Formats: sequence, C-alpha cells, structure tokens
Amino acid sequence: MTRATYARLLGVMVLITIVTSIVMVNIDWNGDAASVERGPIDTLLDVMIALSAFVFAIVIVMLGYAVWKYRAKPGDESDGEPIHGNTRLEIAWTVIPTVIVLFGAVYSWIVLDDLEARADDRMPLSVTAQQYAWSFEYPEHEVDGEPLATKELHVPVDRQLEVKLTALDVLHSFWVPEWGIKRDAVPTGTGGDEVDDEFVVTPNEEGAYSLVCTELCGIGHSTMRASVVVESQEDFDAWIDEQIEAGSGGGATPTGDAGSSSGSGS
Amino acid sequence: MTAALRRPSLIRAGFGFLVGGALGFGLVVALRAISGLEIFQTEQTGYPHLVVPGITGPLGFLIGLGCFDYWFRWAAGRPTLPEDHSQHGASTWRDYFRFNTDHKVIGIQYIVTTFFFFLVGGLIAMLIRAELAQPGTQIVDPGVYNGLFSTHAALMIFVFVIPVFAGIANYVLPLMIGAPDMAFPRLNALSFWMLPMAGLLFMASFLVPGGAFDAGWTGYAPLSTGAPLGQSFFNLGVQFAGASSVATALNFLVTIITMRAPGMTFWRMPLLVWANLSTSLLVVAATPFIAGVQFMVLFDRVLDTNFFQAAFGGDVLSYQHIFWFYSHPAVYIMMLPGFGIVSEVISTHARKPIFGYRLMALALIGIVVLSYTVWAHHMFVSGMFSWLRVPMMITTLLIAVPTGIKIFSWLATLFDSVLHLRSTSMLFALGFIVTFVVGGISGVMLGMVPIDIHVSDTYFIVAHIHFVLFGGSVFTIFAGIYHWFPKMTGRMYDEKLGRVHFYLTLVGMLGTFIPMHWIGMEGMPRRVADYSAQFGDWNLMISVSSFILGIAQLVFMYNMVVSWRYGPRATANPWRAKTIEWQVSSPPPIFNFDEIPRVVGGPYEFGVPGARHALMGGEGEDAEHEVPAEAAGSASGEGGGTATLTRGGP
Repeated sequence: MTRATYARLLGVMVLITIVTSIVMVNIDWNGDAASVERGPIDTLLDVMIALSAFVFAIVIVMLGYAVWKYRAKPGDESDGEPIHGNTRLEIAWTVIPTVIVLFGAVYSWIVLDDLEARADDRMPLSVTAQQYAWSFEYPEHEVDGEPLATKELHVPVDRQLEVKLTALDVLHSFWVPEWGIKRDAVPTGTGGDEVDDEFVVTPNEEGAYSLVCTELCGIGHSTMRASVVVESQEDFDAWIDEQIEAGSGGGATPTGDAGSSSGSGS
Repeated sequence: MTAALRRPSLIRAGFGFLVGGALGFGLVVALRAISGLEIFQTEQTGYPHLVVPGITGPLGFLIGLGCFDYWFRWAAGRPTLPEDHSQHGASTWRDYFRFNTDHKVIGIQYIVTTFFFFLVGGLIAMLIRAELAQPGTQIVDPGVYNGLFSTHAALMIFVFVIPVFAGIANYVLPLMIGAPDMAFPRLNALSFWMLPMAGLLFMASFLVPGGAFDAGWTGYAPLSTGAPLGQSFFNLGVQFAGASSVATALNFLVTIITMRAPGMTFWRMPLLVWANLSTSLLVVAATPFIAGVQFMVLFDRVLDTNFFQAAFGGDVLSYQHIFWFYSHPAVYIMMLPGFGIVSEVISTHARKPIFGYRLMALALIGIVVLSYTVWAHHMFVSGMFSWLRVPMMITTLLIAVPTGIKIFSWLATLFDSVLHLRSTSMLFALGFIVTFVVGGISGVMLGMVPIDIHVSDTYFIVAHIHFVLFGGSVFTIFAGIYHWFPKMTGRMYDEKLGRVHFYLTLVGMLGTFIPMHWIGMEGMPRRVADYSAQFGDWNLMISVSSFILGIAQLVFMYNMVVSWRYGPRATANPWRAKTIEWQVSSPPPIFNFDEIPRVVGGPYEFGVPGARHALMGGEGEDAEHEVPAEAAGSASGEGGGTATLTRGGP
C-alpha cells in the first residue's frame, strides 16, 4: 500500500465521520429535554457520538477496503504476506485510545460534578416508592405538623429539587426521561446511612411529564408511573395551598386522598 | 431390570433421580415431623419439601449416571485401573448419552445440549417479542412476562453462551496443544452432566406453584428473596451451572499449563488456547461469588436468614456488589473464548499470521485483570457509595484499550492477505467485528456516569447487551461451529445454507437491536410487559426483525443436522490451517495422536516458506532439518523477515 492509498482511506474515514456526526448530532436521541442537567448530558452524548463515528468509520473503512482489495481470486490458494506485526503501529493503537478514553473519563467526571452541584435555594422533596405507586412529600409545607403528602408530583420551574428517595418494599428507580436523572430507591430498614439516597435535578420546562419506575419491582412494574407537573412558581403555590386545604380537612378529598393516607398515617 | 440398574446408564440415572428426590423429600418431611413443625410449609418462599429434592434429585441423577463410580471405588479402597479407558470414546450414538470421558465426545455433548437450550431460550425470546409487538397485553399477562424474560436470560447466559464455549474448547483445545485428552477426564464428564441439571432446573421452574422465577436473571434482592418458589430453582440451577463452569475451568488451566506438547511454549500457543487460559482464570476466581450470593438468597428465602432483609439489618446493596463481582467478569467469560475463535478463523481464511500475536495475548490478560475492577459500573444509579463511581468509570473505559487492540490487530491481519469469504465461519468472524464494535461503542458510552444515569435500565441497555452477547458472543460461536464442524463430524456443511443463515442473522440482528438503542434513550424502560404508545412502531419493527432472526436459526439447525448425517466427507484439513487439530484425521482418532506431536514454531506461519507449527508423529528427524534451530527457540517465529524481532509488551 502506498502513502497515497493511506491518505485516501483516511480521507474516506474523516468524510464518513463528518457526515455521520452532522446527521446524528442533530437528532435528539434522548427525546425532549426539560431540565438543566439534560444540557451537559446531551452535549457529552454528542461528543461521544462524533468520537464513536470516527472509531466506527476506521473499522468499517479498513474492513471494507481489505475485503474489496485483498479478496482472493478464484483458484488462488497462495498465502498472504508473512507480516507478524509492527511495533510502532501497535504502540500507537495502544497509546492513542488510552489518551482518548482518559479524556472521556475526565470530561465525564467534570460533567458529573456539575450534575451534582447543590444550589442554595434548592427545594427539598421526599419521594417514597412502593409496589406499585409513588408518593411525594413536601417538607417545606406542613399540614397538621406533618409534611404535605401527595400522589401527584408538582414542582416549580427553574428551581433545583433535592430529592430524597425511600423504598418501602423492594428496589424501585426514579426516572423522568425528560430530566435525564435516575436513582434507585433502596429499602434500608433502620440503617440507611450507607445508601446514597439523594440527588438534585432542576426542571426548566413547564409541562406534564411521567415519572417512570426503571428497576424491576414485580408484576406491576410496567404500570408504576406517576404524573409530574412542572409549573410556574405562582401556579405551584396555588396548587400547594389547594393541597394543604384539602389535606387539613382530613378524610377522603378528591385530590388529597393520597395525602391523607401517607401524610397523616405516620 | 436389575442388571440395567447395576451398570451406569441413563436408566440408572433416572432411577437415581427418583431415589435422590425421594430421600430429600423424606428427610424434610421426617425432620419437620420430629420438630413438630407443619409438615408441608407452603409459603411462597418456603416449600423445603420441593427445594431439598431440587438438590438431592440431580445429585442422585449424577450418581446413577456413574459420574462418581470410579471415585467411590477408589475411596472405598477397591481395585481401580489408573489407565481405565472403558468409558472413553463413542462408537455408536448411544455413547453420547452416557458418562463418557473422551473430551471429543464431551465437547459434542456440550454443544448439542447447549444448542438445545439456545432453541428453548430463543423460543422464549419469540414469545417476548410477540407480547411486545404492540402496546398493551397481547399473549401473556405481566407476571408470566416477567418469568419469560428472566428464563430467557438465564438459559442463554448460564446454559448456552458460557458452556457452549467450554464445549468448543473441550473439543479442540486438547487437540490444539497436542494432548491426548483433558487433564481430568472424569471431572470433565461430571462437569458436562451438571449442565443439563442446571438447564432443567431453570425450565422446571415453569411447572412449580407461582410460576417461573421472575426477578430477572440478575435476581436483585429483595425482589428475589420474596419471590415465589420458582426463584429457588434459579438459585439451585446457578449452583449446578457454576460448579460445572469452575470444574471445567480448573481442568482447562491444568491441561493448558501441564499438557502442552513438547516445544509448545506459551508464546507458541494458538490464541484460542490463550483465550481459554484467560477465561478460566476469570471463572475460577469469580464464579464462586455468584454461587455464594445465590445461596445467600436461597437461605434468606428458605432458612429465614437476613443477608438482604433491610428491616432486620441486612444490606440490600451488597447483593448487587457480590452479584456483579461475578457477573461483570462473566461478560468476559462470554467474550474472550470468542476472541480466540475469531483469531483462529481470521488467520486461517486470510492466510496470514495474526498481526501482533504477543500483544493480542497480552490484551487478553489485560482484560482479565481490568475486568475484576469494573463491576460497580452496573450500579452507577443504585445508590451505592458515590465515591466508587469515578474510579470504576476510569477502569471501565480503559477496558476499551485492550479490546481495541484486538479489533485493530484483526483488521491489520486482513491487510496484504489472500482473503477467502467462501467459508461461513469467516463471514461470521468479519460480521462479528462490525457488530461487536457497535456494542463496544455503546459500552464506552454506558461507562460514562452521566450518560449511564440517563440510559441505565432502559432499552439502551437491552440493545447494548445484545450487541455484545449476540453480535459478539453468538457470532463467534457460529464462526467456531462452522470452522470446526468438519473436524468434529468428519462432514462438510452446506456453504450456501451457511450464507443464507449469516445474512438473515445479520439483517435480523441489526433490525432487532439497533432500534432498541433509540427507544431506550427516548424513555422506554426495560423489563416492561407494556409501554407507552409512542414506542409502538419501533417495537413492531423490532418484533418482525426478531422473527427473521428466529427463522434464520432454523436454517442453521437444518444445515447442521442434515450435513452431519449426509454431508460430503471432510478431509483432515479442509481450510489448510496450521494448528495441530487440523493435522489429524476428521474426526480425530480415539486417543487423538498415535505419537505426541512436537511443536517447532508459531501457530500462524502462513506465507513463511518452510515454516511448520508442529511435526506430527512419524515425520521425525527429516522434517526437523527444514526448520532452522533458532526458529525452534524464538517465540512464535516472529523473525519472518520483518523488522519486529524485539517487540515486547505495551
């Protein structure tokens, strides 16, 4: 193979990489984004897509070229060139990928630290999972001395949530796809200090979403959903007042049935 | 009848199963009666009167089959023949259905048995895809569905992919290193016969109260500790599969280390041998962890221990740590032997030495070492102590380096080659490179904590695992089966049907598993019997593709069965390969070699004039003169006229 052939192959690889990257980076693979955290996650994914496109292009072009160029002619029963290796090439494809993956690791680490940075005005929120339902508690808002409890999750837009997870029976997992953050709810009994049960997320798009359980939890796993509403601070405050009113009334009220069962039951 | 029961046979094994099961049942009933307990305890996590026979029944089967006869005689001080070959070899098909110590018979027993479980697991996959073809409920309710995907994975992983590699290596590895058999032939036979016990226990769980185990193949506590009786059958099945794996791995280690033919230094071993050496190192150290953790679950269930009962001070997350400490290395247990197969196939059909042989071997060892340090990447969102995430992310991403070395070296092997695509094995080997790279890329993405947080436990994971286990492992399994089919059966298979099988499998595979990435990233969680309507179209396409994939395997089965019976006779070396197994007849003689071969060079000396890998018995001294003395001393004959004489490790 001549130097010009190598250059042409490299050109094809770069071309495939560019075309693939442009097409693929413009697709919202992770679906609609509705949180601050999804930003850096999606960017990291795009960087990885471009890098992966290059790796894939190298493999495809080398494989395709080899099959096209070195395919045996019918009846050719000779052997190939007895090449056993090339030290410089082997060092190169050990060192270069090492550098690339270490870059990826450092980049991911930085993103991870970003995702987990705590804001000062974060809103605490307790989420309890059990077969096969979610319930929510708002420690900032009290009803009869207990945190307000609901079956539907309403949160204000653009305010960081600090979610504390509890599981009552088996493992569950908290995921709103548009928010991009996921964490298992782990049953811990009396201990629990060994489990990292808190995470932060900052919804930044108003709308209705679905909270999905992503850890197999039994027969009802696929239906273990809860509706999530992200709304303006005013709407959220109004909703909270409504819930408090319904909750303090006690008994079964249309929206407060959830609240009364887990809120005043403890 | 009594005569049949005195000699080891399947009949005596069936009798042993009944006796063993009855003894276990009787023991439980008697002990509970003496203790004044309710005799039949039927809480769903209990049923000791069925769980104990689940252990003693299979043990009775193995004893009845004769797996322990020789050892019992020896232990009792009765006369034994050290060179007793009465149970070695097969002259009729019946000899495949008894305790047989011939590694070639055992290899075929393994392969046929594991492909039976592959078919069952595949049928279950078809049911899963039928259910998921549309949103809502099609054919099974959510409880049955959970049982289906759990048994699908357990069968495919524990009694297909892991043991089929043991089967292929069982057949070819002793031949490759010039050994007359494995180091411990009776242990080898016992290893094999434990395997159907595992598969049958998994399948039997469909018949017990509460249905098949349904906590996933991962069996996470505390879902598994509270699950119906079927879960106990999973716990027990894993014990038999695991014991089988460990015993085989020990056997491979001793065989590879002590039974190589004279002249076969470590640097002259074919890469398949290196791959099985690496795999065995993983199996012996990692597999006891899953055996232990499944016993802990079983004890929590049946004996009311509290390993994973949070309310009583148990630690739920420790299950995941112990489980993945085995099950991540297990991913490489399911991949490294395939790497070995691909090296053999590519070198042979490209008529070239493997590029960078030593680095290829060292990369295997590198993967072994790294794979013990990455398990917690399955737990980035589990709530484990958060400091463990970044170190495990770094080691996870670093595994891409030795894996990349292997991919690049295979590709470099193809350059300046004389590349033959006429064998289906080569098609699968090259197809493997493409599909495995996709799986590797998604693996690197999953290794990055921020991406993993979003896609963990979604269909992206399902896509990834199938790209590495189907596009990776299963493609290499097919490559291996096609490659050594002539050696094992003495017949040639039909290449036309082979090509049909390959292209249908490739199309079906891509159509099934590529869209899973997309729906996963967009929000479809895995292990769900139902999903939101927005994913309906893709799921329908996935199901249709998966049926193509299923049909393709019928073509394979037809080709194998018919060719085995009626295929044209194979010559000793139809692919003109250099390694030792091709220098004996197809199929090989009953004790492999009349005279142990002498190894005089590297395994892939294609295109090197006059180079030989091994001198077979009788070729003696004349041939010796053709080989320069220094070639016999230098490792893998790397001279070859290239400027790479002094290459070391990375």
